[in-house]
Amino acid sequence: MRRWALWLPLAFFAVVLAVVGYGLVRPPDEPLRSHLVGQRLPAFSLPAALPGRPTVTGAATGEPRLINIFASWCVPCIAEAPQLLQLEAAGARIDAIAIRDTPADIARFLDRHGDPFAAIGRDDASKVQLALGSAGVPETFVVDGNGVIRHQHLGNITEEDVPVLLAELEKAR
Amino acid sequence: MRVLGFLLLAAATPAAAQTALPPAELANRQLSDPRREAQARALMEEIRCLVCAGQSIADSDADMAGDMRALVRERIAAGESPGKVRDWLIARYGDAVSYDPPWSWRSAPLWIAPLIVLAFGLWLARGLFRRRR
Repeated sequence: MRRWALWLPLAFFAVVLAVVGYGLVRPPDEPLRSHLVGQRLPAFSLPAALPGRPTVTGAATGEPRLINIFASWCVPCIAEAPQLLQLEAAGARIDAIAIRDTPADIARFLDRHGDPFAAIGRDDASKVQLALGSAGVPETFVVDGNGVIRHQHLGNITEEDVPVLLAELEKAR
Repeated sequence: MRVLGFLLLAAATPAAAQTALPPAELANRQLSDPRREAQARALMEEIRCLVCAGQSIADSDADMAGDMRALVRERIAAGESPGKVRDWLIARYGDAVSYDPPWSWRSAPLWIAPLIVLAFGLWLARGLFRRRR
């Protein structure tokens, strides 16, 4: 056997060490994206979150819309509230799904941070959230008039995301 | 005084939860059918908690993990096979939601590499022993 072959195990070990080391220092993965982007919304209907207000469903609406997944207990949702108001002022229809929330808390949240929502549904056991492939709050889906999910925004909507979402809505028209 | 202390303790538990709602019914309650509960349990240990790094939904106390446990138990109680529930989750979150990734060309090195390394080690050892003789 050749002499150099004796060094191969050590070289291999060094490669393994480098891979493991990289895995340790690498920043954590970004949250999981929904694999339903490009597919039709699953059929769902939720109880209305607030009395006298319409609720959100998975049915096609004929017009593009945003579906915002939020909760009154979610701090980043407060950060994105002004941007949602901005989107609504720019003509976007925004439906909302409140995750694990109570009507009283939702009403207080909307009172304090503004209410840009056309319809709000209550998802008490995160069932619709899981059916949509959403991995956290807040998240926002762009859905076209045929009910096809066209885009998913992860995390809170910042000032820079507003034109991006408006462009996605325009593309979904 | 002691009674008051107990009352405070009883009130403290829900306050520690992340959200106002109690956990879903099947998040922490076993199914009455032990065979189905065992199936659900095995699947829960293999599904990744989406909001907590490195934990399965069986391990995690996060509200969302509780909701995912409830989903797994409900579907299995309704007669779905664990494989189908797993496929349903993978269709939404991708292979990353499972700790037992299905065979694909991307996951192939995970399974094949140890065999290659073992074969190489045997070959190396054989060469060394033969030379000694």
